[in-house]
Amino acid sequence: MYGLVHRAVQCFAQDTYGGPLWDKVVETARLGSPEFEAMLSYPDEELDDVLEALSQALGKTQEQVCEDIGAYLVTHARMNSVRRLLRFGGASYFDFVMSLDELHDRVRLALPELDLPRLEVSPHSNERFVILVDADRPHFGSVLLGLMRAMADDYGALAILELRAANRDDANMKLVHVELFDSAFSSGREFDLVSEVAVP
Amino acid sequence: MNARSDFTKPRPKGGAPIPSQALNMLMPMHALVSSTGHIKSVGPTLAKLRPGATLVGRRFLEMFEVKRPIHVFTYADLLCQRPGLMRLQFRDADQMALRGVFVPLPERLDHPPVLRNGMDHPAQDMLVNLSLGTNVLEAVQRYNLTSADFAPSDPTVDMLYLMEAKSIALEESKRLNARLEGARIVAEEQAFSDTLTGLQNRRGLEATLERLIGAEAPFALMHLDLDFFKQVNDTYGHGAGDQVLRHVAGILLDEVRAGDLVARIGGDEFVLVFSRCVDLSILEGIAWRIIARLEEPIAYEEHICKISASLGTTLSIYYEQPNAERMLGDADLALYESKNLGRACHTVFRPHNNKPTK
Repeated sequence: MYGLVHRAVQCFAQDTYGGPLWDKVVETARLGSPEFEAMLSYPDEELDDVLEALSQALGKTQEQVCEDIGAYLVTHARMNSVRRLLRFGGASYFDFVMSLDELHDRVRLALPELDLPRLEVSPHSNERFVILVDADRPHFGSVLLGLMRAMADDYGALAILELRAANRDDANMKLVHVELFDSAFSSGREFDLVSEVAVP
Repeated sequence: MNARSDFTKPRPKGGAPIPSQALNMLMPMHALVSSTGHIKSVGPTLAKLRPGATLVGRRFLEMFEVKRPIHVFTYADLLCQRPGLMRLQFRDADQMALRGVFVPLPERLDHPPVLRNGMDHPAQDMLVNLSLGTNVLEAVQRYNLTSADFAPSDPTVDMLYLMEAKSIALEESKRLNARLEGARIVAEEQAFSDTLTGLQNRRGLEATLERLIGAEAPFALMHLDLDFFKQVNDTYGHGAGDQVLRHVAGILLDEVRAGDLVARIGGDEFVLVFSRCVDLSILEGIAWRIIARLEEPIAYEEHICKISASLGTTLSIYYEQPNAERMLGDADLALYESKNLGRACHTVFRPHNNKPTK
């Protein structure tokens, strides 16, 4: 898997908890190098080791850590490019949620080697949605949960989200239940189609 | 087919066959042009490109210069063209370029024929659908366009997404390359070996000398300079030069024992360190053997390269307190003497009279 993911976890740990905690994780996970490069490839097992070490070091479950990572991807200044690319999905939170089944293909367009799980959006009404996460790896559902909660704030929407198991036999399959109360509860953050970076 | 006599076909009442609301949704950057060449309506996004201006009522060719099809100066010229690609630009302000497609619409039966160039022509509106093309970044930023300004069928927003994503990936790759390059340079500087020949470099040499001097071990230092090497490079190129250097390295390594050191300290400069050997008869033997072997012709592709070497040697026992820099300098003096004596020879440094003897 692309180092992008490993690098994001590293930045999350360093930015949220500081260098020393990351050093501890590097040691516990027995990593070859303390730095991950976004554009290189690393084995998936290393990611598992890092998440395990991180969860130990923080005294939180891996699910909780992954949820925090999801939120970090949207809220932290360093990850602004991720937040922007997600906002391209729709003009409103409703549109964004409805576009999640395209996310896999959109990401593929940009980074062919980054293999995100497929998402299936089922609207039950204008306010209720269920997103099926069919992942090969555990905890992606938790990342999505944290990410979608943060995106609701970003859009200024008021929503309640919950993560549930989809299938008793497959722990990697999850459902994210979304209840959207108010699309325009607050103004949210600004988003321009063209960022300052693109055309300085 | 004569629409006049075909009463089964629906006749457009006026304007485009599509209601303007639908037109605006399908083609937010359309322009509907009347049979006289005046703009009848524009899509909301096209209007956004000229905020504060009224496009409706103006002559199409007054607002826009048509680049393709070519030779379109009047509306009549445009009507003579086959429908298809249109490239145009605004005549005013930023002269923004647009591309699109133009299609004359069915003859308007509710309108009298239009007089053009002294002849009657059937009244025909024209529909032009435009897009931003490669100017998209500039246009979106300048006119504050949002995703709502593009039809859902328009891939412009996807294109912007893709441009941004690829640009980020490219930046990240550039940064990685810079880091790798930096690391490579540091690694090379810190290495003890010479990348071309695999011999030790100056750093490696200095480290070894420091070690030997520190251990107070006797050793000999032989400085070797290739003769006629520059000519090889000049005549046959650097590929030949590199080959010769590798060949020389092989010979030198062969002539020393395990535990001795061969270093390349300059373009064609080498230093040999014989640890715990200060026997001049042995050292002289080695030196002359090296010269003889180096003088054997070296093949490179279809060429033959011929070189030789000048050598200068000093021994650590000549010094009360051996010093690497001084010894290298003295070996250099002896080497210089070899060159003066006509090259292809070996000189031993004699400390007491400062004048080396062959």
